[in-house]
This record gives sequence, structure tokens and C-alpha cells, in this order.
Amino acid sequence: MFSYAARRLASAVPTILVVITIAFFMIRLAPGGPFDQERQVPPEVAANLERAYHLDEPLTAQFVRYLGNVLTGEFGPSFRYRDFSVSELLADGFPISMQLGVSAMILAIVIGFSAGSLAALRRNTASDMAVMGVAMTGIAVPNFVVAPIMTLVLGVWFALLPVGGWGGINHAILPVLALALPQIATIARLTRGSMLEVLRADFIRTARAKGLSEYATVTGHAMRAAALPVLSYLGPATAGIITGSVVIEQIFGIPGIGRYFVQGALNRDYTLVMGVVIFYAVLIILLNLIVDLLYPLFDPRVRHD
Amino acid sequence: MPGTARQLLLGFLVFITIGAGPALAGGELHLGNGAEPESLDIHLSSGVAEANIQRDLFEGLIAEGPDASLIPGAAESWDISPDGTVYTFHLREDGRWSNGDPVTAHDFVYAFHRGLDPATAGSYAFILYPVKNAEAVVNDEMTALGNLGIKALDDHTLEITLNAPTAYFLDMLTHHMAYPLHRPSLEEHGSAWTRAGNLVGNGAFTLAEWVPQSHIKLVPNPHFHDAENVALDEVWYYPTEDEGQELQRYRADELDVSYDIPADQIEWIVENLNDEYRNFPYLGVYYYGLNTTAAPFADNVPLRQALSLAINREILTQRITRAGEIPAYSFVPPGVAFYQQQTMDFEAWDQSARNDAARALYAEAGYGEDNPLEIEILYNTSDNHKKIAIAIGAMWKQLLGVEVTLRNEEWKVYLASRDEKAYQVVRSGWIGDYNDANTFLDLFLSDAGTMNSTGYSNPAYDALLESAAMETNMVARQAMLEEAERIFLADAPVIPIYFYTTQHMIKPWVHGWVDNIKDVHPSRFLSVSEH
Amino acid sequence: MTDLTLAPPRSPWRDATTRLRRNRAAVASAVILGMIALACVFGPMLSGYELDAIDWEKIQTPPDADHWFGTDGNGRDLLVRVLTGGRISLALGIAATLVAVAIGVTWGALAGYLGGTIDALLMRIVDVLYALPFMFFVILLMVFFGRDPVLMFVALGAVSWLDMARIVRGQTLSLKRQDFVRAAQAMGAPTRQVVMRHIVPNLMGPVVVFATLTVPQVILFESFLSFLGLGVQEPMTSWGVLISEGAETMQASPWMLVFPTLFLATTLFCLNFIGDGLRDALDPRDH
Repeated sequence: MFSYAARRLASAVPTILVVITIAFFMIRLAPGGPFDQERQVPPEVAANLERAYHLDEPLTAQFVRYLGNVLTGEFGPSFRYRDFSVSELLADGFPISMQLGVSAMILAIVIGFSAGSLAALRRNTASDMAVMGVAMTGIAVPNFVVAPIMTLVLGVWFALLPVGGWGGINHAILPVLALALPQIATIARLTRGSMLEVLRADFIRTARAKGLSEYATVTGHAMRAAALPVLSYLGPATAGIITGSVVIEQIFGIPGIGRYFVQGALNRDYTLVMGVVIFYAVLIILLNLIVDLLYPLFDPRVRHD
Repeated sequence: MPGTARQLLLGFLVFITIGAGPALAGGELHLGNGAEPESLDIHLSSGVAEANIQRDLFEGLIAEGPDASLIPGAAESWDISPDGTVYTFHLREDGRWSNGDPVTAHDFVYAFHRGLDPATAGSYAFILYPVKNAEAVVNDEMTALGNLGIKALDDHTLEITLNAPTAYFLDMLTHHMAYPLHRPSLEEHGSAWTRAGNLVGNGAFTLAEWVPQSHIKLVPNPHFHDAENVALDEVWYYPTEDEGQELQRYRADELDVSYDIPADQIEWIVENLNDEYRNFPYLGVYYYGLNTTAAPFADNVPLRQALSLAINREILTQRITRAGEIPAYSFVPPGVAFYQQQTMDFEAWDQSARNDAARALYAEAGYGEDNPLEIEILYNTSDNHKKIAIAIGAMWKQLLGVEVTLRNEEWKVYLASRDEKAYQVVRSGWIGDYNDANTFLDLFLSDAGTMNSTGYSNPAYDALLESAAMETNMVARQAMLEEAERIFLADAPVIPIYFYTTQHMIKPWVHGWVDNIKDVHPSRFLSVSEH
Repeated sequence: MTDLTLAPPRSPWRDATTRLRRNRAAVASAVILGMIALACVFGPMLSGYELDAIDWEKIQTPPDADHWFGTDGNGRDLLVRVLTGGRISLALGIAATLVAVAIGVTWGALAGYLGGTIDALLMRIVDVLYALPFMFFVILLMVFFGRDPVLMFVALGAVSWLDMARIVRGQTLSLKRQDFVRAAQAMGAPTRQVVMRHIVPNLMGPVVVFATLTVPQVILFESFLSFLGLGVQEPMTSWGVLISEGAETMQASPWMLVFPTLFLATTLFCLNFIGDGLRDALDPRDH
């Protein structure tokens, strides 16, 4: 187990380097630069700007310079938010995105998994239909539709919860819910499907034949086995949700890092985009590794050699 | 000069009546401010959101009143030389930075030097070009720094020399590029000087808190020379990129003033919240630029005019955009100082007359049913631009049979396409930097570089603008500028569509807000009553 | 004595179709989906309105006798636009999902089954693709290849298969230790046969479920491509674009949101039941 983990961590380094290299050139090759704006600047000023940020050097030279900086932990100033460095922006925003994301994920796992299992156990009954109906609606209706409706009803009409901002449990309820809903729906669907498979499996029949109670059978064996595909899905899903949902953060005015993925790209804020790319890469690699290490816990047949 | 003096006197009177009104003490003001500021450094920023905050933190030689009229700022009086090129400013003795230090003329010299220094790489440096040798400094001809036309004659006297008489110079001094800077704090904190706790300004407020993407909080500057008339206790600025959500926060009383309103909800707002809805003309024009350097528009003025005539601007603004925009039949908007709007004659015609003229010109340009024009409209991704492009494309198709394709690109790609002239028709907009026709007309000088995205080049036009720049007589200058615009409109390298308006929602407990064409509302004149 | 007659051997596919046909929910869903598809293909021709015809008198008006679904912000009939948009969304959604399934299943199954260095390599490539900024990928596609509609498929396909690959790999890791796989290996079956005949069919459960989850993602993601300028170009439209436009004016003109969302939701429900039915029908162990 440990040697496997160690090998994976070792392979993380070249993976991240590949990501940095490809991303760096991808970003620079896109048309438009960070300082292009509606009001075109006179050529002398443009030249000054480029010189100040080393954008006039050949691309490979810039890359080497950037790589050197990153290896010493220096991600550079944001090209767009010039008063802040990339590290500061990420350090300020990430804890918030994480609080939001982890809460939403925990909610989604607990509710989604239970609902999906319930639906599988009561297959083709009213509860199954109800659960799946709600789940499909959660998947079909995008969150940029659900969230504004939630804020309208609960924030404006009934004034129960704040509409925007971040700062206390009250501010967290609506965004966490909005973020969790599509995940609940997806996890419920996956769980149900997987659970149905597992319930027909031989080892379940064996457990039942051995006289184990339905409850013990289900919780003890079926759930654990059914969790496997859900677990595979959770790796990237958690990374995605922790880095913040762009839409949710924009709608609720939450200062997380989600918006930097899209805004950074649209602004051609090279350093910020590279910062979030690296950040996200590390997160994905870590989470996928954790998921892989957890597989044997859920299915003892899976072994990493 | 008489015009300016009259303006200032008027401004002063307005200031006295409105500004020194019942000073309701206390209160917090929560403002939606559009985008998250890219920087609070007065030399690095270029947007409106930043300017709003900087206007509360700093004060230039000239300040803006509640209706944006010019009032004395850090300078309490000034003299102008007879030839109009030398301004001598007498700073007020009680001007203070937020840490108590006195505001001196040296602070302005330091700021101007830094603003024009190539190392600062400020994108708005060109706005100071009227100052003698400013352009040379920016071009890194460092020998010019000593010859820069700004000198501190003593601690409270500042002398600025211009290249030529510049009618709008006082207005330009209200721009954030012309604010003073507190040298010791910049030297101490370096690039972190704009952070809360480090930033020292001479405006009515200081920076208490800045959480990126969340809020910026300002509190009164106790050393401000007019501090006793500043009513608010706290001013909060929030980034509000999504107008729909901004409106919801406003309705939930989390915001007192909104930056903009969602275009599709105007009718609902007018029906339900009309008292809180403000709509006022803005110093900007929305237009379609035509690429005059390539087919089909190169050397084809009748075609350009035909397409302009075929657009029913009334239907467009009344039924499609519906935000009270004014149909544009000139390029320079109405309400610009020292200027008479140059409306084209077909403004007075009805649309059927315009349509007839359009058809005739289209045929004259060599197009018809058997030879239809194929054209592409480029716009940056936005629902509003899309709706307008669809409507205009339909008008061209219905009336003239033009085959229109639409191409949308995201912002940066769009800018690149426009600068490289990789387009035929491009959606464009221009907001004036200061209240003078020249900020609109300079765009189309032959040597304006990429700023002149249509590639328009007319020596007669250039000549008129150059003479106007050197002209001391205001009446003569106005005539030259107006004639230049007439030439421009006749050549039709652009199709003006409408003039912008600004729209805000304002809660009834906010006082002191005056709608104006610059959309400038310094917080020092605002107050909030109990609610 | 009874005469034991052996029934003729049944093909597993015939078995599957029979079972599928007996699943009423799946059949009903297939019928509804078929009706939607037919409406999208033929409806616009029957409606009498052009996709881009502007009714200048009725801009952004609610449903009435002339315009059953109302009109959009430019005065165009919404019914025609929803149906025409359906052509794109249905075709794109299903095709891109099939591509994602094909690539994802192959990739994941190989990685999971072969293990070791190949697994590591394949999965690290997946990690890299997750991390790369998608927006730039799309922008560069447009820079190098123009605005070819085929690129939409490439762009959408390029992202959708990643989750599928992870899930399939996870399942494969579990499956390959099971007895029937070991038995096949012991009998000397070549890798290809083991994977295709034994592993993949047992995967179809989660794969089908996840595929039905991928379709809405693809359809909505296409509207993001339009934002970047790659998706459907005006006057052509899609459900994703219509829903985005409708969401902008949710309060003022709810019909612009309700109708495309209704179509999308109904399509997804149908795919859901068909998917479940497929899974039940293909499951070799469900007797």
C-alpha cells in the first residue's frame, strides 16, 4: 500500500511538470493579451507594459523564467488584479471555496447515497419513482436557473436569507444547497444503478442465505460494494466542486477561486490562470490518489500491486 | 476662458446649494460597483469601477461637485496666462493627507513624474499629453523629464505648462491620472502601497478594508479639508458583475445603489420601482465601425450610407434595447461642452423616406437583387450586442436583400480581430474621457494607429483637427471641430446607432445623488437617512 | 417419460431486445423520445415561421394564438426555435456521449485490466487532461481550424470521456479479480477477448447510467462553447443556448426559459428510462 502511494506521489511530479508546460504554451498562444483593452494604448505605452512584465522576451525564455519562479514558490503578480499576487488571491479565496465545496460534497454524499440506496431497495415503487424524479430534475435544470430562483424566493420575496456575500452560516445555506443539488442528483443516480447490480450479485445471495438480516446484508455488504463507481466519480467531482463553481460564486457574490478559472482565461491573466491550473492539477492528482487508495476498503478484491 | 469661468461659477453655486445642504450625519452606503477593481493605483487602472473608488480616496487640483461640475479641489484658485498655455495653481493651505501631512505642490510633481515614467507603464498616460513634453517622457526620452511642463514654484504653488491652449484642460485634471501622491508611503510600501492600512490619500475617505471579490470599505478621512460636511460613516463598494443578481441584492436591501440594471427587466422595474429607477444620458456612443481598408467598403461611400439609412434606430431603441437610449444621428453625443451636435439630415425624415434613399444608394453602390451584398457583423459575446446585430441584420436583409452572417468572439479575441482589421462590420462603442468633442474626434486621425480601427483617413479631416488643437479662440475652434465631424459623417466610415444612457437603482433613503452626463457621484456629497 | 427437447440456442442480443421490449417504461420513453425527435425534424417546416423571421410587432411576448410558445427578445417564434434547436442538441448530445462512451470505456478498461505501467501512463494522461484549462483548448482549436462545426464535437468529446474512463477503470479493477474472469484467463483467452466478452458487458450498468448523466452535461456545455464563439452560430440555436438566454430574462419572460427546459428535461427522463431498460436487458446475470 505504502509503496504504491509513494510511487504515485513520485509520478505526480512529472505529471505536474507536463501540465505546467502544456498549459503555459496553450495560454500564450491564444490571441489577445492581458493588456488589450477597449481603449487601445499608444505603442510606446504598450511597449513599456510588455517590458515591465517580460512579455517582450521570446516565449521559451519566458517559460524558463516562469518555471524557475514556480519552483521557488513564486507565482507572480496577477496581470489583471495588479495590487495582489497570485499566491495571495489563491490563499484568500481557496479556504472559502473549500468550505463551500466540502460542505456541499458532504451534503451531496450523505443525501445522494442514502436516496439512491433507498430507491434501489424499493425498486419500481413510488419511492423509487419519487427519488429518481427529483434526481432527474436536479440534473436537467442547470444551477444557473435554480440558484436565482432560490435567491428570489428565499432572499427577496420572503427575506429569510441573505442574497449575496459570505460571512456566516446564513450566507452559506443557499450557495451550499445550490451547489449540492446537481451532485445529489448525480450521486443518487449512480448509487441506485450500482446498488441494483450489487443486490443481484452472488455474495449478496450468500449473505442472505447465511441468514443475515436484510438490514445487515444491505448495510454491511451491498452499500460498500455499490460505492465503488460513486467513489470513482467523487475524485474529479470533489476537485471540481472544491475549486468552486464559477456560476454559484458569481450569483451569490462569494469571494472564492472558482471565478478565476473563467475570468482569468477571459482576461488573459497569464499568471493567475497558471496558478489555478497548477493548484487544480495538484488537487486532482491528490484526490484521485486518495480514491485509488480507498478502493480496497470498499472492495477487498481490488489490490494495488 | 469666459466659458470656463462661467461653468465654474455655476458649479460653485450648485455646490453651495446642494453640497452644503442638510448634512445628515452617520449612515452606511452600500454601492454595487460592477467589476472588481484591477488596481487602486491611480496610474495603473483604466476602468470606471476603479475611478469611482479613487475619486473618494483622492482629490486632484480640480474636483467634481455632486453634478460633476468643476469645483476647486486641492487648488483653491488658479490663474491662466493670456495665451492659454501656462496655468498657475494656488493650493489650499488646509489640504491634508489622511495621515495628517500637508498636501504640497511637490506631491503633484512627484505624481505626474511617476504617471509618465515609462517604468510605471500606466495605460492612461496619454491623457496627460497636453502637458509640455509629457509625450516625450513616455517615449523614454528621459532627458525630457527635467523639461516636463510641471513645476512646484513653492510648497503651495504649482505651475503647469501646456503644449498648446487646451480648452478642456481643467476637466482633464479631474481624471485620476492627475491626482497627487504621498511620496513617503509609496517609497515605504512599494507596490503594496494601495492596500488598506498603507494607502494614504487626500480625499474625503480612506481605505479601511479590501477583500478581493468581496468588498471594499471606506471610512471618512478626518483630515480632509471639508470633513465636517462629509455625512457618511462608511462607504462599501461591492463587485457586481451579474446585473440580475445585483438587482436581487438591491431588492433585498443589501445594496443601496446599483451599478446597472438587467436590460430585460426594465419594464418590470418601471412598473414596480419607478421612483427608484434613474436613467440619464451618458457621454458615449454605440456604433458599427466599417472596415474602410478592404472590400466592400473601401472607396464605396454610397454603400456605407445606404446601410446606415436602412437601420430603423427608433424601433431598435424602443423595442429591442428598451433602455431609453437616444438614437444617434451624429458621432459626438449631445451635451458635450463647447459643441453643437452635428445631426445628419435624415434624422428628420421618416423611415420610409430613409428606406427609399437607402435603396437608391445601394443600387448606386453596385448591388441589387441579382448581386446581393454579403456581409459579416463581428461583435463580442453579449446578449445585448447579439440582439442588436440580429435586428440590424434583419433590417438590412428585409430592405436591401443583404446576406448577413453574424460572428461572435470572446472579448480578447474580438479586440485582436478589430485591431488587425480582420472584420467587415464591427460592433464598437466609445465613452468620452473628458467633456470635449475632441475625445471623440481624435479617434479617427490618420495617424491614430490601432485606435482608429476603421482605417479612416482623410487629410482634410486631419488638418481641421490639427488646427483646432492649436486654436486659442474658442468660437473658431468649435467651428473647426464641427466642420470636421460633418466631413466625417458624410464619409460614413462608421454607423452611429445610439447614445448610451446610465441606469441605476437608488433607494429612497439615499440623498444627494444628482444624475449627470459623466455619471460621477462623489460619496462626500451623499448621505443616508434612517431606514 | 417426458421428452426433453433442447430449445434452439438464443442469441444474447435477441434476448436483450425481448427483455427491453417488455420494459414498459423504456418503451414509453422511446416512443416519447421518438415523437420529440420527429417534431424537431419536421415541426419547423409545418409551423409556417422561419427560424430567423422577426415579428416586429410582437417582441418578447408571452404565448398566444399566433406564437404558441411566445417570442424571444428579437421577436422570433420560440416554438420553431425550440424545435430547430432540438435537432442540434439531440444530435450533439447523443453523438458526443457515444463518442465519450467509446473512448472512455476502452481507455478505462485497458488501464484497469492491464494495470502496472500502462495503467499509470493512461491515468496520468487523464489527470493532465483534467488539469488543462479547457477554455484555451477551445480558443486554440478555433485559431488553428476556424469555426468548423465538427470542432464542436471534438471540443465536447475531448472533455466528456474523462469521468467515464475513471469510473470504468474503477469497475475493471474490481471485476478483474472475479472468478469468471480468472476462469477465462485460465482457459487461455486472449486479452482482447477477456476484456470485450467478459469485462465490458459487466460494466454496462454504471456506464449506461453515467452516459445518461453525460448527455445533459454535453447539451448545456455546448452553450458555453457558443459563448466562446465556437458553438452554434446565429441564427441557428440549440437548447443549451435557449436555456441560457431564457435564464437571463427569467423574471421578465419566463416562457423563454420554461419551454426549452421542459424539452430538455423530458428528453433526459426518457433517456434515463431507456438507459435503465438497456442496462437491465444487457445484464447477463439478470434472469
